[in-house]
Amino acid sequence: MLERVRAVVDDFQAMEGNDRLQMLLEYSESLPDLDPRFGDNPELLERVEECQSPVFIAVEGTPDQINLHFSAPREAPTTRGFASALNSALNGLSASEILDVSDDFPSQLGLDQLISPLRVRGMRGMLARIKRKTAEIAAN
Amino acid sequence: MSEKFAEYAHPEVLVTTDWLAANLNSVRVVESNEDILLYDTGHIPTAVKLDWHTELNDRVRRDYLNGEAFAALMRSKGISRDDTIVLYGDKSNWWACYAFWVFKLFGHQDVRLLDGSRAKWIAEGRELTKEVPALPVGNYPSVERDDSQLRAFRDDIAKHSPSPIVDIRSPQEYTGERLHMPDYPNEGAARAGHIPGARNVPWGKCVQEDGTFKPLDGLKQVLLTETGFSPDQKFITYCRIGERSSLTWFALKYLVGVKDVRNYDGSWTEWGNLVAAPIAQGEEPGVFA
Repeated sequence: MLERVRAVVDDFQAMEGNDRLQMLLEYSESLPDLDPRFGDNPELLERVEECQSPVFIAVEGTPDQINLHFSAPREAPTTRGFASALNSALNGLSASEILDVSDDFPSQLGLDQLISPLRVRGMRGMLARIKRKTAEIAAN
Repeated sequence: MSEKFAEYAHPEVLVTTDWLAANLNSVRVVESNEDILLYDTGHIPTAVKLDWHTELNDRVRRDYLNGEAFAALMRSKGISRDDTIVLYGDKSNWWACYAFWVFKLFGHQDVRLLDGSRAKWIAEGRELTKEVPALPVGNYPSVERDDSQLRAFRDDIAKHSPSPIVDIRSPQEYTGERLHMPDYPNEGAARAGHIPGARNVPWGKCVQEDGTFKPLDGLKQVLLTETGFSPDQKFITYCRIGERSSLTWFALKYLVGVKDVRNYDGSWTEWGNLVAAPIAQGEEPGVFA
């Protein structure tokens, strides 16, 4: 596992029970603001339909460096937390590094039982979309 | 009491933000949200958090807690059997209504709902806090859950026809055009459409723009006049997993005053997967056969 990805998993696995939920809350608070150019061009963002709350992603860059952008409302801190964890783990990695990340990464954070598998599924949707877009960039 | 409330069949189960602000210390406020972290970002002072997914459900069997586990949960939240509970939450109170319904399965006497939910409290600029109240352990006996009056199971559906069934999902889910509500994940139904005979009254038709319930006339219009249903009939409500239909269940039972209303929590995630269960597609209710 890549060091960046490992660091995020360790952040969560170092905690137990409700402290792990607090970690997700901390992540949600540290999601970077969306680059203002997306506000003028919302069509550049893709909606993640697997998430219960409106969350949008954009995947840009080159095979050497993939840049991720997320937009999720503050009233949906769980979704923001997922977005922020993915951002911390993946943003700026190469395409091949992102494609190597396990699809099971969301479950590796150990949140399934704490917040329910149904909620974690939204994060799986986000990761799947990021990987699909990344594969498109890598193929061009 | 406001004019709007006075018209409802059971106005005592709904409270305004003004009333709650003035009575925070004499009731037990409970927040129930779709988003499990939302409470932690700020909540109504004195409120405790209740999670519908991880706390109200049994961890093994697909069912709600039993009486003993519910009592233990209540005690841990500082709730006693004779407390007045006021529920509120995100998303126009979907999960607050769902929790309300579960409290009633256990026969908790005095449960009320905050009209307009969390959004209205915030829109009015009222106080939020991150402080989790330190409550003494509640006094809650183990009470057996009674599903017989308020909860419908799949076999009840088959016996219910031609009595009213209200499908409160989106029109596209009802017709079968899509398997899950717009913008939401498919929670695993294999077939699309609706229970034959059910009328479609999307949940949003019961609430106003600010998230509060419509006045009685508006509710009767969408739930009775437009469906052709009569309030002395027996009703069943359903949706996708039973949360939005709890809101319509609440409106039918406590605001309109229908005596016999049950919520089918198996809803479409169960019916849309049942082998050989009848399904109707398109805009017509169809006939249960």
